[in-house]
Amino acid sequence: MSDTIIYAMYDDDDKLVDGAKMLVSKGIHVNEVFSPMPIHGIDDVIGVRHTRLGIAAFLYGLTGLMLATLGMKYFMIDDWMMNIGGKPSFSYLENLPAFIPITFEFTVLCAAHGMAITYFLRNGTLPGMPATNPDPRTTDDRFVMEIRTSENSKYSASDIQALVRSTDFVELDEKTV
Amino acid sequence: MHRESDIRLPLILGDKTYHQITEDVCRPIENQAPRGWYILISIAAVIALYGVGCILYLIGEGIGTWGLNNTVDWAWDITNFVWWVGIGHAGTLISAVLLLFRQKWRMAVNRSAEAMTIFAVIMAATFPGIHMGRLWVSYWVLPLPNQFGSLWVNFNSPLLWDVFAISTYFSVSLVFWYIGLIPDFATIRDRMTKPLTKKIYGILSFGWSGRAKHWNRFEIVSLVLAGIATPLVFSVHSIVSFDFATSVIPGWHTTIFPPYFVAGAVFSGFAMVQTLMLIVRKVMKLEAYIHTKHIEYMNIVIMVTGSIVGVAYLTELFMAWYSGVEYESYAFLNRATGPYWWAYASMMTCNVISPQLMWFKKLRTSLLFTFIISIVVNIGMWFERFVIIVTSLHRGHLPSTWSMFYPTWVDIGVFIGTLGIFTVLYLLYARYFPVLAISEVKTILKSSGENYKEGFGAGKGYYGADGSHGHHDDHGNEEVSVNRIVEEKAVELSEEALKQNQSTLLERVGSANDSQADDLKLISGVGPVLEKTLNSVGIFTFEQVSKMQSEEYNLLDSLTKSFPGRAERDDWSSQAKDLMNK
Repeated sequence: MSDTIIYAMYDDDDKLVDGAKMLVSKGIHVNEVFSPMPIHGIDDVIGVRHTRLGIAAFLYGLTGLMLATLGMKYFMIDDWMMNIGGKPSFSYLENLPAFIPITFEFTVLCAAHGMAITYFLRNGTLPGMPATNPDPRTTDDRFVMEIRTSENSKYSASDIQALVRSTDFVELDEKTV
Repeated sequence: MHRESDIRLPLILGDKTYHQITEDVCRPIENQAPRGWYILISIAAVIALYGVGCILYLIGEGIGTWGLNNTVDWAWDITNFVWWVGIGHAGTLISAVLLLFRQKWRMAVNRSAEAMTIFAVIMAATFPGIHMGRLWVSYWVLPLPNQFGSLWVNFNSPLLWDVFAISTYFSVSLVFWYIGLIPDFATIRDRMTKPLTKKIYGILSFGWSGRAKHWNRFEIVSLVLAGIATPLVFSVHSIVSFDFATSVIPGWHTTIFPPYFVAGAVFSGFAMVQTLMLIVRKVMKLEAYIHTKHIEYMNIVIMVTGSIVGVAYLTELFMAWYSGVEYESYAFLNRATGPYWWAYASMMTCNVISPQLMWFKKLRTSLLFTFIISIVVNIGMWFERFVIIVTSLHRGHLPSTWSMFYPTWVDIGVFIGTLGIFTVLYLLYARYFPVLAISEVKTILKSSGENYKEGFGAGKGYYGADGSHGHHDDHGNEEVSVNRIVEEKAVELSEEALKQNQSTLLERVGSANDSQADDLKLISGVGPVLEKTLNSVGIFTFEQVSKMQSEEYNLLDSLTKSFPGRAERDDWSSQAKDLMNK
């Protein structure tokens, strides 16, 4: 099935949001928005779900916390009870205060890097990946809305174009794949 | 974007648009570097090479080439380490703590401050590294399985905590910095025309395309990283202070060390940010983004943290006396009156007195004064570490071991060398990286840009008379109902009143005609369109413009209606006076 992609370009974030609101109210599904900066409020308008990266970071942090605890219990208590000044490390809990700084640091280390790696993988942004923005100006001062006919079966490409024309757009482009 | 109070000064000056922001930040990257950059980087590279030479000599010969002795077994190495780590504190504080507090002014300086952090932490890590003597076994600080029996690193030791703290701090700061850089690298990639540079920035930008979902994730990642980096910032210098505080050396054995070190680190870090930013804004022509208000905000942070440091010094002195411990008392008496009194006096002058001058608004908004103070603070904070470390060690419990510390040429060479390496890295950064967070600055343009706040140029008509956005509000359907508290500038006048205004104006400034006309476009702020408007009112010469006072400006505004308040702000009359005398 052929798919027509319509790119509507705006020169202002607010104009794009207003345009998107209008189109969505007409039942059009806006597939994607390309912008040079985060546009506040666009996610709810075009139906981008809230990211769960925060939860992922928490889980990575928890993993780090457990690894640090297990590691230090093994190194300092089980494998070799270090005897400092005649005070050997008998139990993990008794020696806990000295272990807190590294436990904290390792928790932060795992949370931050786990989240960053997940972020890159989920985005598909990795070194050497090709840029996929439809127009180079979308990283400068242009805001582009992408609408696909395959996801808007109620409307034809020309219907969508007519609706886009009623918004405050600056350029309109169509691509068939 | 929240509507911001009119009382708050704009953070971005002038009539900027999104495109203008991109242009302003990318200009230095796309143009030829100025000659000064080549001169500076050559000097810095020579110093850096000398430093590397000193380090290689040190590794070859052993740390006996330093001026350390049996009594003072820690001196410049650890002083420089703590000094550099302290400097590295401002970057993540600005980007993380200020992000949580929603301080928008941070966006002008966060990128450069984070770069400074990363380079400073690299310099700091050099010192414990080379102090190990055998650099090639430095991986022994990690808890790795090994063939020496059950031999683990000591998790009870603050020195090992430091290993974890510094490496976590460095890697998390690096990731935080780079995630913010990616969208800006994409901006540069999309502007570049040469295939090679386009390719390089393409790789650096990871294929970033600015999709809505990606921005959504970007914001959460920034927020969560800021949230976990905030306690990290405080933990790092607390742990550095544990290196001293958990020992039993008089002068080190104090419980106020963690907060006192953290405040000191922020204090010195902000001073270094000021030193660098005052140069960067000037050389890269970013005065519209980093202006007096930003400098003033940072000076206030310097004042507050400097005061905390001052209180900590006095608390230490008080406790030395009040505790009644004679060793403790002697350590402090010796600091102030012993053979290193000059170091103590420099520390007290630079760190206690100089930040107090920031109470004066005139001083903290003076750029030259700020620059001088920022260097004074950096020197003072170096002496603070020197005083804490060397004066506590050189006269211990046993007078027969008393000794002095004198740096050797290797001590000095390594320290100067790190300054050189740092400068080289920073110059490379300033040349090839976007020194301002382009995408973040764009998000505050509409709330904190001068043109949007005051309603001229690109921001004209953005806010309605009732304070609502011209186009829409950002929070779904909730109404934004903040009232504008600026006076109405464009009052509709009748035809007759306008005629009256015109003749009053011409009476006051004198009339002229076409034949006497000067090129009014030479006045900054006047373009061809405005010149025509002025001519139509009857203003042709510099002499007429030079006679304008605020009343005449108001008359003019009522006639032209095009740029209310602009003539007065750009001070046309004094400009015209200058032009007349040419």
